Amino acid sequence: MSDWIIETHRLTRDFGSLRAVDQVDLQVRSGSIHAIIGPNGAGKTTLFNLISGYLKPTSGRVLLRGQDITRVPLHRMAHLGIGRSFQITNIFPTLTVLENVRLAAQARGRDNFRLWTSAAKLRAYTERALAALHQVGLHERALQIAATLPHGDKRRLELAILLAGDADILLLDEPTAGMATEQVPMLLELLRGIRQGTNKTILIVEHNMSVVMSLAETITVMHQGRVLAEGSPAAISANQAVREAYLGTAFAGGQP
Amino acid sequence: MRDRFTSSQWAGLTLIGGLIIFPFVVSLFTGQPVESGVPKFWQGMLIQVFILAVFAMSYDILMGYTGILSFGHALFFGTGAYTIGILLKHAGWDLGSALLAVIVIAIIQSLIVGLLSLRVSGVYFAMVTLAFAQMFFLLAEATDFRQWTGAEDGLQSIPVPAWISPTTERLRFYYVTLAFAIIMYLLARQVVNSPTGRVMMAIRDNETRAKVLGYHTLTFKLIAITVSGVMAALAGAFNALWNLNANPAVLGVGTTINALLMTIIGGVGSLIGPMLGAGVIQLLGYWLNVFFGPSWPLLFGIVYILIVLFLPYGIVGTWRLRSAGWLAMWRERSRSLIRFFNHP
Repeated sequence: MSDWIIETHRLTRDFGSLRAVDQVDLQVRSGSIHAIIGPNGAGKTTLFNLISGYLKPTSGRVLLRGQDITRVPLHRMAHLGIGRSFQITNIFPTLTVLENVRLAAQARGRDNFRLWTSAAKLRAYTERALAALHQVGLHERALQIAATLPHGDKRRLELAILLAGDADILLLDEPTAGMATEQVPMLLELLRGIRQGTNKTILIVEHNMSVVMSLAETITVMHQGRVLAEGSPAAISANQAVREAYLGTAFAGGQP
Repeated sequence: MRDRFTSSQWAGLTLIGGLIIFPFVVSLFTGQPVESGVPKFWQGMLIQVFILAVFAMSYDILMGYTGILSFGHALFFGTGAYTIGILLKHAGWDLGSALLAVIVIAIIQSLIVGLLSLRVSGVYFAMVTLAFAQMFFLLAEATDFRQWTGAEDGLQSIPVPAWISPTTERLRFYYVTLAFAIIMYLLARQVVNSPTGRVMMAIRDNETRAKVLGYHTLTFKLIAITVSGVMAALAGAFNALWNLNANPAVLGVGTTINALLMTIIGGVGSLIGPMLGAGVIQLLGYWLNVFFGPSWPLLFGIVYILIVLFLPYGIVGTWRLRSAGWLAMWRERSRSLIRFFNHP
């Protein structure tokens, strides 16, 4: 068995005449933090949607631990250990914060078809949900209705939902988008903690370069639906083609 | 939070207590015997409220909790009415077996309708369910089956067992339907608070997200439609027992619209709201008819518009949203009044 937990083979997706993802071959090493960067419209989110089963590819394949999962229905993906968060906040607005997270924990359990017990009595799920809320620092808002959260807190809720789902592979689509600047270190710490404490794989799309550079072990740069370059953070920041296509002068000027 | 919970429980118990002594209170105030005259009339009025309350609540499980809009809910109500009618009248079954058959047939029917129509969602689902209901409406009117269904005349004089006859044993029928409504409410509340019920609410809020979490949402929607269908069918069966007949109108669009109105007026997604909505519609309809005669639906339309304008979340929904503010306001006003009397 290879080291790759996720592989894509010539993955392609068309929207009408637009080729959003074009023959992408991606390999994600098990237990690593792998970032995908690229300018807006490069196909990052579409690639995410294809890997997580949210969209079906026009052609090409997605492999999980060497098994073809291209045609697996969306609701099965969570049970295969793939969890994802969304770039645009995607929660259950009329339920409480706790209920949002509890549903993620319950989805992986065996109690979904219990009509005669009260959901509140399933302590194991509630505890796991509260632990996830603690991790993102949202536990004090557990009983608030999710729709009433400020935007930054909704982003954290999205993260807690992902954590409670206990996936082996976490797909994070721009987790810092809309998050307050002072929250970003919390996110970094959280992801590093996951990386060190468990054998989870993290695949992340992110625009915040300091997050990407300090976190990722491997970076894939996408441009116009194709993979432009791939390598370590140091190699990517030194890559001339990447600078020209995407990173621009600010990056060339000596960030991270 | 906990205070609020117990206070609403107290309100529920008071309401049930009030409904239990209601026939005797009416008898006391009118001076008429509890088993005839005005007391009997008002028992009949509330019996219809209880039956419609269960029907409205079943609609709420579908629309309010799972977010599925159906235009064919009369299908289950009407089938329940016809099933019990035909089994009592033509097959000579006893009441218990007939009610059991209503449940079994409702389960089969809702699973079939669900599997066939849940492939589409939103307004398309609503239209497919409407088609199913209309199909059964035409079937009930069809002259080919006159000997069983009575065709357009309906199924007349259903032989309801004497011990529960709505005419001669009205008081007993009243308590039986009251118990039926309470049991159905407790069951429905149990379902919506269960893990399965929470998934239904998740589907209502954001079905795709629920799928991404790993829920096979079609299964949960089928459970919702089945629970809802069985409750509606039982309400329909009680309706047939009460009226001693079942006619094609119970399968008609009007029956579904009635459930929709009761649910919206009472408050979507609250179970108790639609039950209150049933009471409002039934009693308001009665009073408007008394005062304004046959043109009452026109006035009812105006009342409905006013309710939607001023109580946009229904009676219960608006109360839950605003009650804290209202209570604080009245508390403050009564305080200032007390201050005025203390220091005039």
